Amino acid sequence: MATATDGPAVALRDLGRAYGERVALAGVTLELPRGATLAVFGANGAGKTTLLRVLATLLRPHAGTAAVLGATLPREAWAVRGRIGLLGHEPLLYRDLSVRENLRFHARLHGVGEGRAAALLDAVGMARRADEPVRALSRGMAQRVAICRALLHEPELLLLDEPLANLDPGAAGAVAPLIGRESGAARVLISHDVELGLAEADVVLGLRGGRAEIVAPAGSVAVADVRELYR
Amino acid sequence: MRRAIAAVVRKDVLVELRTGEAVPAMLLFSISTFVLFHFALDRRSVDGDLAAGVLWVTLLFAAVLGIVRLFVAEREQGGFDGFLLAPVDRTALFVAKATVLFAFLAALELVAVPAFAILLLGPSPWDAVPELVLVLALADVGIAVVGTLVGALGIQTRTREVIVPILALPLMIPLAIGAARATSPLFLEAGAAAVPGRWLLVLGLYDLVFGLLAFAVFDFLLED
Repeated sequence: MATATDGPAVALRDLGRAYGERVALAGVTLELPRGATLAVFGANGAGKTTLLRVLATLLRPHAGTAAVLGATLPREAWAVRGRIGLLGHEPLLYRDLSVRENLRFHARLHGVGEGRAAALLDAVGMARRADEPVRALSRGMAQRVAICRALLHEPELLLLDEPLANLDPGAAGAVAPLIGRESGAARVLISHDVELGLAEADVVLGLRGGRAEIVAPAGSVAVADVRELYR
Repeated sequence: MRRAIAAVVRKDVLVELRTGEAVPAMLLFSISTFVLFHFALDRRSVDGDLAAGVLWVTLLFAAVLGIVRLFVAEREQGGFDGFLLAPVDRTALFVAKATVLFAFLAALELVAVPAFAILLLGPSPWDAVPELVLVLALADVGIAVVGTLVGALGIQTRTREVIVPILALPLMIPLAIGAARATSPLFLEAGAAAVPGRWLLVLGLYDLVFGLLAFAVFDFLLED
């Protein structure tokens, strides 16, 4: 019998999700092996963020099936909470708390020791700003702290929505070993940088109007095919 | 679950100490209301039923201000998502938020009740402090439970400032009756009398019923 620890990192079959009358995702079918990277492309409103929130167990699928790390959603969502790291548009940090206090809060929720937070802050070059309130940080700095927050509990699946947004080249280089292929985690990566996304990907999903126009191994997808999604 | 409750309570108290968005507003509202009652009633002091009514109506309206703010950081700064991504029971958020609201109410009453005694109350309440604390504690548990439930519901809407009082105040009518009736004998001109046990029982039952109700439905309020 399959358990919540078996199976691919992500398995979707005819996945659908709507907001009222508006269909955000429809008929998305794909499979992502453990440790592999799925690059998701599509214009604004194509359903990328909805897909990420479904995989993060924050939204229920309305049609089809979705399984994450072997757990069927939403029935077994409890089994994968704490094994997923989400880096979305919002940093999920409290503005009036310091960087350290924010990470301490999330570490306690996940049952992680504070040493892990300190090591991550050091790795992203934010250790010296640890006692500053998040509202005093630039967007790039807040993004680096958000990356630490998403990685605190060493997730097996990383859900990354434009993870390098607002980061300067130095910061992007610092976070690369943490959220790149070297992390060893399976990744779902939303990017508008087509070349970079394709270079990182094992599997490509191209969305238009919530429907999957491209589902293919990265090696068989051309840059021009992806660019067509934005026209 | 205890770990998550402690983490949320500690975080909320820290944010309140730093921003002062809830308790100072509740306190200023209460004292302003006592002053307004002082002039509107055209009396130098109040006692008995009237005193109990003025105190509890003021405290309930002040509590609404705290309830409206209770989940704002969770909504606006992604706290709900951060919590829902963690491997913790969702009930922990309810218990933590109810504990925080209870603490805010206790902090409010620590200043507002003495201010009420000085500004408006005729008889000295000091002989009846233990009984008054008991009534306040029982009522605060009820306000915290209902307030957390309504706050979580209201925060999902665009008009939480309107929805929260519209939902909370009718739900708190039994609590207002019980608390006022239990407090009234403590404010008699002739000296404090014993608190009627049946009104304490009413408050206790209110806490129990709404506690169980909140425990049963809170998870659904966090669903998308």
